Amino acid sequence: MKHVIIGNSAGAIGCIEAIRHENTEDEIVVIASEPHHTYGRPLISYYLEGRTDRQRMKYRADDFYEKNCVQTMLGETVTKILPEEKKVALQSGDLVSYDKLLVATGSSPVIFPAEGLELVKDITTFTTLDDAEYLLERVNADARVFIVGAGLIGLKCAEGLRALTEHITVCDLAPRVLSSILPEQPARIMREHLEAHGLKFCLGTGVQRFSVAERGYVALLQSGEPIAFDLLVYAAGVRPNTGLIKDAGGEVNRGILVDEYGRTNLPDIYAAGDCTEAVDVCTGARKIMALLPNAYFQGEAAGRHMAGLAAEHTPLIPENAIGFFGKHILSAGIYPEALTPQEENTEEYYKCFYFDEAEGKLRGYILIEGFARAGIYTALVRDGTKLRPAQWERLRREPGLLAFDIMTRAKILRKKVGAK
Amino acid sequence: MKRIFAREEWCLACHLCEYHCANANLPHKEGGNFNAEMARNLKGRAIRPRIRVEEDDRVHFALSCRHCDEPACKKSCISGAISMINGVVCIDRDKCVGCYTCILACPYGTIVPSDDGHAAQKCELCMQNSCGEPACVAHCPNRAIVYEEVLDE
Ligand SMILES: Cc1cc2nc3c(=O)[nH]c(=O)nc-3n(C[C@H](O)[C@H](O)[C@H](O)COP(=O)(O)OP(=O)(O)OC[C@H]3O[C@@H](n4cnc5c(N)ncnc54)[C@H](O)[C@@H]3O)c2cc1C
Repeated sequence: MKHVIIGNSAGAIGCIEAIRHENTEDEIVVIASEPHHTYGRPLISYYLEGRTDRQRMKYRADDFYEKNCVQTMLGETVTKILPEEKKVALQSGDLVSYDKLLVATGSSPVIFPAEGLELVKDITTFTTLDDAEYLLERVNADARVFIVGAGLIGLKCAEGLRALTEHITVCDLAPRVLSSILPEQPARIMREHLEAHGLKFCLGTGVQRFSVAERGYVALLQSGEPIAFDLLVYAAGVRPNTGLIKDAGGEVNRGILVDEYGRTNLPDIYAAGDCTEAVDVCTGARKIMALLPNAYFQGEAAGRHMAGLAAEHTPLIPENAIGFFGKHILSAGIYPEALTPQEENTEEYYKCFYFDEAEGKLRGYILIEGFARAGIYTALVRDGTKLRPAQWERLRREPGLLAFDIMTRAKILRKKVGAK
Repeated sequence: MKRIFAREEWCLACHLCEYHCANANLPHKEGGNFNAEMARNLKGRAIRPRIRVEEDDRVHFALSCRHCDEPACKKSCISGAISMINGVVCIDRDKCVGCYTCILACPYGTIVPSDDGHAAQKCELCMQNSCGEPACVAHCPNRAIVYEEVLDE
């Protein structure tokens, strides 16, 4: 059996580790455009900041491919899948045959057209190690950086760059920071924190036009404010890389449509990670959950299925841990509008829970600091654990196993356990 | 494979395991007096032990990493800092950037931030530290925490 994997990141590694967990026979080939050893993509901002380096940010050890008998074709791009012949075509012209194929191609940054954008020569996106290298080469203490996009990627970039320069302005069409993951109140807390660390924000406005200035460039915002800058980072969103599957006749919405085992509608072709839309068990509907743990879980489920191993999969939910300048946000699940959030806001922390009293289930949570033992909440959301009101009240005040009955505790405290 | 198990019926919630855990994970001189150092290093300080006692007026027990066969923390780690070394789930401090995705992922709540806030830490069965055997077990006065071979059900 020959498994071919397109991509070399979390989804791909999850797949390899799942196959090799029990199977040492099958052939595994990894093909990826990026020429690098697998690295933790989210670490590129820590690399800018100097908190990690190229060696330490490797996602797996140097001997990973060798130990797992993986043949790598790094720096090679797949241009086409030929499902009838069960082959993939490479840019170099070569064909590689497969028995099972995993597409873990991730996503690509989107650059929206704007007047004068073509005049800006000092521009980058921020999703790859090469992007980080580009910024490290160019950004010094005098550099004025303008970041379009106050989402997770734009702000992580800003945090990393803050170690290099204090001239950073971030703009976003949304009226608040991290608008896709945070409601108003916690977003305000984060914005104040980011501003206290020297970031300047222009929110609720986009760029009307770019022009060249005597030194650097100017972005004229829709609000009328001009922003002078030397370097532009475009972080206004990403789009799943679905092209290979779409061209092969596979089902694609915004992402590649997959089931819980990562199967696409094409025979023997699977997909995992940021390029997919998979079922969020919180709602039962498919959506893009472009976060690293999900990419791994999806790759793993696909790998097991590809190798004919026990069909197991981790139920997927949106789950995210992210920190800026020492302040951490941990969140999971969904925030249904019909539920009244249970909020707590103190000097030290902000907590917000979406508890469905009718169902007795925790649907989602947001914690800024005050995140001790948050994984207990994540498990409640993922498993849809039914809770009595008093039980939930206890857990809300302090997450712990005390809230559970003695049998449940005994299982955890006394026996060998395997978390899913 | 040996694992730490808690016997809640024997736990008095004395919290000594938490202090011994914190102490075992500090650097120690060879041949030094562990207990004397513990008082010197930890008295009056906030500690971040890798084991914690949960208690109410009826129930007490000590909980530390279960070293899951399928560790959610390892699978969720964004930097590849968590690995299984001979069945022990370990965090490589050098690789960890302290994003706390593992804290988000651990269903038992057994991972904590390190003192400097730049990394996560957890029970590694005292394999890597100066103790060499689980300090919580060695010093539990009531054998409410034991280190035993796992019996497969
Ligand atoms: C700055 C930044 C910060 C982030 N922070 C976090 C965080 O804190 N927490 C979190 O959970 N997630 C975070 N993420 C998201 C996380 O990085 C992704 O969810 C994760 O990397 C997805 O993994 P993947 O395997 O699906 O795809 P990717 O990591 O995107 O990898 C895709 C791979 O496919 C290859 N590829 C694509 N097309 C082709 C082709 N045609 N031929 C060959 N190879 C191809 C690419 O070269 C690449 O190697 C962050 C992302 C960024 C950019």
